[in-house]
Amino acid sequence: MSALTTLVVLLPLLGAAAALTQAKRPRVQTFITVSVLTAVLAIGVALLVAVDTNGAIAVEVGGWPAPYGIVLVVDRLSALMIVVSAAVLLAVLVFSVGQGLADGDRETPVSIYYPTYLILATGVFNAFVAGDLFNLYVSFEILLVASYVLITLGGTEPRIRAGTVYIVVSLVSSAIFLAAIAMIYGATGTVNIAQLTVRLAELPADVQLTLHVMLLIGFGIKAAVFPLSFWLPDSYPMAPAPVTAVFAGLLTKVGVYAIIRTEMIIFPDGELNTVLLIVAALTMVVGILGAVAQSDIKRLLSFTLISHIGYMLFGIGIDTAAGLAAATYYIVHHITVQTTLFLATGLVERQGGTTGINKLGGMLKASPLIAVLFFIPLLNLGGIPPFSGFLGKLALFEAGANNGSTLAWVLIGCGAAVSLLTLYALARAWSMIFWRDAEEVADYENPLAMSSENSSAATVESVRTTPRIMVGATVAMVAVSVALTVFATPLFDLSANAGENIDGPAYYVNTVFPGGLE
Amino acid sequence: MNASLTLVIIMAVLYSVGVYLLLERSMTRVLLGFLLVGNATNLLILIVSGPSGAAAFYGEDAATADPLPQAFILTAIVITFGVSAFLLALIYRSWRLANADVVYDDTEDLAMGRRRTSVTTDRPVDGDDTEFGTRAAAAISTAVDLKKQEEREEQESLAAERRQQEIDKKEAGA
Repeated sequence: MSALTTLVVLLPLLGAAAALTQAKRPRVQTFITVSVLTAVLAIGVALLVAVDTNGAIAVEVGGWPAPYGIVLVVDRLSALMIVVSAAVLLAVLVFSVGQGLADGDRETPVSIYYPTYLILATGVFNAFVAGDLFNLYVSFEILLVASYVLITLGGTEPRIRAGTVYIVVSLVSSAIFLAAIAMIYGATGTVNIAQLTVRLAELPADVQLTLHVMLLIGFGIKAAVFPLSFWLPDSYPMAPAPVTAVFAGLLTKVGVYAIIRTEMIIFPDGELNTVLLIVAALTMVVGILGAVAQSDIKRLLSFTLISHIGYMLFGIGIDTAAGLAAATYYIVHHITVQTTLFLATGLVERQGGTTGINKLGGMLKASPLIAVLFFIPLLNLGGIPPFSGFLGKLALFEAGANNGSTLAWVLIGCGAAVSLLTLYALARAWSMIFWRDAEEVADYENPLAMSSENSSAATVESVRTTPRIMVGATVAMVAVSVALTVFATPLFDLSANAGENIDGPAYYVNTVFPGGLE
Repeated sequence: MNASLTLVIIMAVLYSVGVYLLLERSMTRVLLGFLLVGNATNLLILIVSGPSGAAAFYGEDAATADPLPQAFILTAIVITFGVSAFLLALIYRSWRLANADVVYDDTEDLAMGRRRTSVTTDRPVDGDDTEFGTRAAAAISTAVDLKKQEEREEQESLAAERRQQEIDKKEAGA
């Protein structure tokens, strides 16, 4: 099993190198990338089963014992994240293969796209198995640098402009994170997460608080938590559709994952729980209010993405096993659904030639399948019952109600209102794009005074054919998101166990140091 | 733990100047700011790493210095190096896009020139240095597309001719 853990990181990295050597042969590159990600998905499932039956795995890389060498830790949460990310990465890859083949590789330059994509995957997987803070920092850098390349793909003017914002903000967050690591090392003499939980507890309260806040700010920027989230809607929508889909699905969740580790293992006392809950409420509300005002689907979805990060913070802030279980389930749900929505948007953009809500119309007749593919994840994200969005929110609210504090009830109220507003914003976009007639588009006046968009501009462009492979990938993602409902019980049991494992550092410390800490 | 005051002061100066530069509008200054902040952080790691000593794995007799922060610094330097290379490429690209080093088309001059020679013959497309290569619509987005303008003007003149013919016909009929 320990060999499999390292393979999760090694395979995509070696795959990237192999793909880079085949720069002239796009088909070989595609084959390498798809097979590597399929292999990682299989390994992820094997790890999940192994971890679920035999308990968490800790691998000492190079045989160096735990506090001195690098450890990779796979517990239920990590394994679950690996499986979901591998599935999402694979689906988006297939989608982009379809798009690349159809467009003659205009939007996705072949020679660097696949290797960079695999490097991004390496960073994401490495972050999920990292057992020490510095390794976590390095994996963040791996995925960030890959994302810099992906977001400025092609080097067109809007992408460079959007990329600049994204890159500078990410650089600042990395600098804060690295400075936090330096100070933590100075204070405790270790960066091993399991050892930190013991050593940090011995520090004076004010030093602890400073280090805690620094880590949270670093991760908060990456996770797009409220006061630190304004870079996201300016940068994500500019990237090519598949890149936006994978960024929206995964990158912010890596930040949330790091926040979970910080709150549960590194600083398990929960002294900042109240702050987290308040920030969660603000993230939800401010994010969704931004979404309601958008006239572009990609921007709208970016704002709902920010808003729903608030739900995960809510689960973390409650700080009980039930809250964490709900947050875990919600992360899985949100990765899937948000990616699906962005893929469906990619299909809309392909068919309609634009993502401006006011410019599109009559697409239900033109492409009913896309309408359905957009509609199902829409209901799912909005939290309509039987779908996983409803189940995740229900679990969160239940955990909040059990907590019983006034703040928790306020958050439940916010959560309910925000899910309603999500439904409103998305349903409005859906009915504008798909439901209304194409003729209504021309004389529609945007009620938003501040809208930068010229609604009298060109309407739907000529309908292009959408490759089956793109539709197929989106259908597969919709199927996965529906499967989260169908297999909700086993998944929720898994999340509940994962939540119990990460509620408090004991389980994690036992995994890394089976003989106990000296 | 004793820390060298000089290092602490240098770190503080680097941080403050770096943050100041990061807040500038010019990307080149942002890059310089990023480098300074990166170096300040490296210094911070060095400061917290404890007393100096012999190299690890080398001097067995003397007290060795803690090797782990040195590894951190090396890693951080490499990352900073890679990111600044990328930033430089980004700055160059954004400079190319913003201050395209071309003389803009003078439409009057073009009109004069077209009287003598036709520009509809295969015009070599300047290779754009993006991944789009020669498939980009135009290397410079603001440049006048000569081919299209030519076609448009041709159509206009054709339409004018036709109108004139119709008027002539009517007059002849009358």
